[in-house]
Amino acid sequence: MAIEFRHVSKTFPDGTTAVEDFSLTIPSHETTVFVGSSGCGKTTLLRMINRMVDPSSGSILIDGQDISGIPPVGLRRSIGYVMQNSGLLPHRTVADNVATVPMLTGVPKRKAREDALALLDRVGLDRGLAKRYPAQLSGGQQQRVGVARGLAVDPNILLMDEPFCAVDPIVRDELQQELLRLQGTLGKTVVFVTHDIDEAFLLGNQVVILQRGGRVAQVGTPKQILADPANEFVADFIGAKRGKRRLTAEVAASGDDVLLVDAAGYAAGVITAPGGRLELAAAGTGPKSRSVSNKTDQAGDA
Amino acid sequence: MDWVWTHLDLISGETLAHIGLSVPPIVIGLLVSIPLGYWASRSAVARSVLLTVGNILYTIPALALVVLVPVVLGLSLLNPLNVVAALTIYAVAIMVRSAADAFASVSADVRESATAQGYSASQRFFRVELPLAGPVLLAGVRVVSVSTISLVTIGALVGIPSLGSFFTDGFQRAFPLEVAVGFVLVLVLAAVFDVVLTLLGWALLPWNRGARLTASAARVLSQPQPSSAGVP
Repeated sequence: MAIEFRHVSKTFPDGTTAVEDFSLTIPSHETTVFVGSSGCGKTTLLRMINRMVDPSSGSILIDGQDISGIPPVGLRRSIGYVMQNSGLLPHRTVADNVATVPMLTGVPKRKAREDALALLDRVGLDRGLAKRYPAQLSGGQQQRVGVARGLAVDPNILLMDEPFCAVDPIVRDELQQELLRLQGTLGKTVVFVTHDIDEAFLLGNQVVILQRGGRVAQVGTPKQILADPANEFVADFIGAKRGKRRLTAEVAASGDDVLLVDAAGYAAGVITAPGGRLELAAAGTGPKSRSVSNKTDQAGDA
Repeated sequence: MDWVWTHLDLISGETLAHIGLSVPPIVIGLLVSIPLGYWASRSAVARSVLLTVGNILYTIPALALVVLVPVVLGLSLLNPLNVVAALTIYAVAIMVRSAADAFASVSADVRESATAQGYSASQRFFRVELPLAGPVLLAGVRVVSVSTISLVTIGALVGIPSLGSFFTDGFQRAFPLEVAVGFVLVLVLAAVFDVVLTLLGWALLPWNRGARLTASAARVLSQPQPSSAGVP
């Protein structure tokens, strides 16, 4: 389920241009993250994939098929969508919220309910919550239900619009890990929108840094972008300029650990250095393996 | 009180007539207001036009309306439909504002999310927007119900029987007990209708049950309610 944007532009009726001549291929079974400040068109791009927004010009293809010819309602039912404030229906129970789209597509009520319970397990929720209403859940639980609902029709594509930005940093961390775990087993084509560069680097196989008007500042893996920012804007956006990512080993912490500080002098994490020597990992040992734990950094960004 | 016991048939008959004249305007008023209110919640122009028209209609004196309606509709002066039609106009005039507010109270996030999940426009209206507008619609219907039950008495002035007949008859015969009976029964009827509507709301809007309880409990305790759900 590769998604392809071909010279896509979007001008809204009020004259604002959200996206201008945007082209990109989103590979299947991987997570692509659109990251940028507000007004960079990232949400508009996401919503074009399920035709919540139609482009003014250009075309979008899913597996080679131009989606402008696919009726929007059917298209949306085949694509999972998770949004910021969960968007759960307040008048339906948790189980009904998860079962709602399968039921719209004709799955019998009973089966849809059973599948919904299995999905609650999958996203790490207690089945006892199934009969509650969304308002009776915590923000993190609501977001998990939102993810379960997005997965309910077993879509090939999952769109996520800043799904974790309204929860506190600790819960966000849990949700991010949960998503990584889920994606590890499901292998969906995930398109994720965020303004948090740390989240983008954590979750994305491919990260797209956007400037105003949906202009692509840089596309690449997190490693490529960190190692070689394409321009000043990217360097600034990922924090390289502020020295947030320029870490220096300073004083020995406990045992074999050495404390890392950023250019501003804030503690950013620790790194293992047996006998006071840093061991460099061979290049390419797993895209997500990190010897630096930068929890304080993420919490500070929240 | 003897009068009451000797006139039970008359009292129950007038009460039933009163109910018969009250229910149709309430129901029709709600049904007409739902599409109008939805339209008003979607368009600022529609909202201002509809609410202004509603306000103007509401300022027409009730007696004038009861006399005007048969002329306009070409009905006989004694046809009960005159009262029903006049009160339906009032019901819509009041209810359009409630309905517009009701649909405006549905969160944009929820509407958008329903669209994104693949609800068609009509599925979204009947399965998402209408039920979520329910609590505010219900509040509006309760106001309309009380107002309609009291206004039905006006019909007695043009000879259409209801509990209002006890007012006109009692005044003409300088017989205060009869007026008092009519007065009390109108109040009781309004209260009964209100209870029935509240129970209907409780049955039809189950997710809304805890809302008021929690709000009042929170006020009493003046501290946030601890969530019964554990943090994930």
